[in-house]
Amino acid sequence: MSALHVRTLTQLADGLRRKSFSSVELVSELLARIEKSQPQLNAFISVTGAAALEAARAADQALAVGGGGALTGVPIAHKDIFCTAGVRTTCGSRMLDNFVSPYDATVVAKLRRAGAVVLGKTNMDEFAMGSSNETSFYGPVHNPWNPQLVPGGSSGGSAAAVAARLVAAATGTDTGGSIRQPAALCGITGMKPTYGRVSRYGMVAFASSLDQGGTLTASAADAALMLREMAGFDPRDSTSVDTPVPDYVAALAQPIAGLKVGLLAEFFDKGLDADNERCVRAALRVFESLGARVREVSLPSLPLSVPVYYVVAPAECSSNLARYDGVRFGHRCEQPRDLNDMYRRSRGEGFGAEVKRRIMTGTYVLSAGYYDAYYLKAQRVRALINRDFIRAFEEVDVLIGPTTPTPAFPLGAKTEDPITMYLNDIYTIGANLAGLPAISVPCGFVQGLPVGLQIVGPHFSEARVLTAAHAFQGATDWHSRIPAGYA
Amino acid sequence: MSAWETVIGLEIHAQLATRSKIFSGSPTAYGAPPNTQADLVDLGYPGVLPVLNAEAVRMAVKLGLAIGARIAPLSVFARKNYFYPDLPKGYQISQYELPIVADGALEIVLEDGAVKRIGITRAHLEEDAGKSLHEGLPGMTGIDLNRAGTPLVEIVSEPDMRSAKEAVAYMKKMHTLVRYLEICDGNMQEGSFRCDANVSVRPAGTQKFGTRAEIKNLNSFRFVERAINFEVERQIELLESGRAVVQETRLYDPDKGETRSMRSKEEANDYRYFPDPDLLPVKVDAALIESVRATLPELPDQKAARLATQYGLSAYDAGVLSASRELAAYYEELVRAAPADPKLAANWVMGELAAVLNKEGLEVSSGRMPAARLGELLGRVQDGTVSGKIAKEVFELMWSHGSSADEVIESKGLRQITDSAAIARAIEEVMAKNPAQLAEYRAGKDKLFGFFVGQVMKATGGKANPAQLNELLRSKLRG
Repeated sequence: MSALHVRTLTQLADGLRRKSFSSVELVSELLARIEKSQPQLNAFISVTGAAALEAARAADQALAVGGGGALTGVPIAHKDIFCTAGVRTTCGSRMLDNFVSPYDATVVAKLRRAGAVVLGKTNMDEFAMGSSNETSFYGPVHNPWNPQLVPGGSSGGSAAAVAARLVAAATGTDTGGSIRQPAALCGITGMKPTYGRVSRYGMVAFASSLDQGGTLTASAADAALMLREMAGFDPRDSTSVDTPVPDYVAALAQPIAGLKVGLLAEFFDKGLDADNERCVRAALRVFESLGARVREVSLPSLPLSVPVYYVVAPAECSSNLARYDGVRFGHRCEQPRDLNDMYRRSRGEGFGAEVKRRIMTGTYVLSAGYYDAYYLKAQRVRALINRDFIRAFEEVDVLIGPTTPTPAFPLGAKTEDPITMYLNDIYTIGANLAGLPAISVPCGFVQGLPVGLQIVGPHFSEARVLTAAHAFQGATDWHSRIPAGYA
Repeated sequence: MSAWETVIGLEIHAQLATRSKIFSGSPTAYGAPPNTQADLVDLGYPGVLPVLNAEAVRMAVKLGLAIGARIAPLSVFARKNYFYPDLPKGYQISQYELPIVADGALEIVLEDGAVKRIGITRAHLEEDAGKSLHEGLPGMTGIDLNRAGTPLVEIVSEPDMRSAKEAVAYMKKMHTLVRYLEICDGNMQEGSFRCDANVSVRPAGTQKFGTRAEIKNLNSFRFVERAINFEVERQIELLESGRAVVQETRLYDPDKGETRSMRSKEEANDYRYFPDPDLLPVKVDAALIESVRATLPELPDQKAARLATQYGLSAYDAGVLSASRELAAYYEELVRAAPADPKLAANWVMGELAAVLNKEGLEVSSGRMPAARLGELLGRVQDGTVSGKIAKEVFELMWSHGSSADEVIESKGLRQITDSAAIARAIEEVMAKNPAQLAEYRAGKDKLFGFFVGQVMKATGGKANPAQLNELLRSKLRG
């Protein structure tokens, strides 16, 4: 047993460059692990084995002559929300079950140019709407720490795949916590960059003003390595920001002594599980031991995040998902009687219950007579939340708090009650509404289940956030733990 | 005096003459095979994003400056949500609450020569939709998305027009303006320039607006006039018979010459407008405005005023000649070639030249009658080589043979006879042939002078110099 799978992305990239092993060897081992894991985890929707092996062979050839980029020959997986040319891109929905993208998302193209080898497309909540991966048309993903539990969502497949070391890194998207929450529940590192840092071109839209692509990896160092290749201005995304991408990997070496850490007072509310709180407070002591100065910070508008989010996100989703009409691509019902019948049945059959719920909510809040009371008011509160963050960052360098209220919960436990499910994102949504970079890192275990610590920074402070997380991981080993059976 | 007053506002849609679409790189050329000018952005594929064409913004600013409007430093694209097969994304990207252009005006000249100011509420940028095709597709609907994403500027007027004629005058004026600005090709058959008309009537002398109907998609001046006139009659008939006008959208059927209901207010879509999160607000700063201002041409009204002053033309003639940049340029080139009589040049452009161009469906810019060539002919009129009447004959030959004035005059022997002896000889021959008429004339029947002029002209093939002929004839007839 070569046990290449336990190595981090950084270690794999180094090993390949030093020719300690070949990309073909590595890819073959991981493909076998993926295949074996599918019945238990269901982390993948599509596995592109043949193409991966072909790319691995090409990578080995490039490496043999000393060529290649930062990730040449390194296997990764993409959340099935990123369009991949010639490969099915389902977004976890029956609506796109037959959709083979004719083009690559910018993120996909950039990672390919960096040399990464794509093993497949990971499972996810339908159109990224969910916090448990239970809304996927392809069935739920199971948590590698306990298959009875959810992995979190919506990037549940990517999180489970990395946690089970089926792949060292995977892409994800985060609209309200969809990278950080599953990372916390699966015991890995999940990084959501600043809104506009990573191109959204080719990332199937859920809520355009909140969606941001990011990474799911085993460590902050891996996140830095991967994000450095993904980030950057894209002329095809008007909301991407034209500001230079720092060398996140080089930044990791900086010490964090003197770092001003704000403890997010509003996150230590009655919804926070006592054991989770204990883990997070212990993590703060680690930061203090590293020379950081911790103080409490209050963001009074932050508790309004969930209601604001559940107006803004559905509003945008109701419009973004209007293009799935059965006309040009995606699911079309059999034998439509007329145009309206085609619309009704194609959409009725193609979308699942949670997607429909959000489309209806969004349609309602944008309707004449309700727009001011819901959408406009939500946007005003969003501006207040943003202002709270900006004010807080005048006093501290980063904000720290829990990623989720509780560890992973059982499959089916919250599917009957959308509100309970929505409250899972209570600590993550703020960073999306304000467009801030945020990372979740493992900070302890409760009854064998990982707990996530969240670090939020000001706009475009990815280097600082990653460096803080990396320092924490240098002083702890929670992120190195691998679920039994996958080590 | 009618008991009813008509109130009309127009929403003009002008396709901007950008090379590529407003949010994608696809070409905007008209008439290509279906769906060959639509890329993934135009098709609304999953994951694609719009990127604003900066040229479309410059064109909208240009229009705003030309109508004396305010250019918004910040304007916002919104999504207008509705389902239709030719609308790929399920929403149209348009500007709603914050348009790029607001508060402008255009002046029109009424039939009695009075000038009227038509207010322009706003002009905003938006994308066009595709087309549904039914021909040759029994039981099916085809979708052609070539037009989807073509940039439009929608120009919304105030309800300032009071008759179909005023509406047409305003639309023509705007048509002239957008072509002057080179922001729209103005091709109405291809739908590059079209309008929706909001029409209502109210008792003459009252202030409150009547209930309006919106007539959609009128793509010719004739249709605008007919549709409005039909609609006004329809509404007056309803009101006079004690019924009410229903607020609704109507379609004009050019074959039947009538409007018919398309959908009522109750059936109208709730478009659920909201700012498009995929696009940043459009910023127009002073530098951009000034750089666009520097490209503004002489505008139609300015040009007409200058032509009138510079060349001593009537306001009407100056207006006709400034109907397009090409026509005005042609006229001025003609005057440069034959500077002695600008009024004569105007008459030729609006008369003979306009007639043949019109007959053959050609534009002045077609090059069939270069201004220099026509100028040569006018020079021959001015120097007395040919009379005005013969010049028309020469012009026709020049047009049909593509030859120069001198070639035609020489080869056809059309040079005017200015030799007094030759004219006198011709007069004497005519007098000798018509002794009876001569006697009558001399007996006091002055009217016969014209008869003798005609006969001499006939005898000289129309080439006798008219002034000399008159003078000689008068003295010879006197005896």
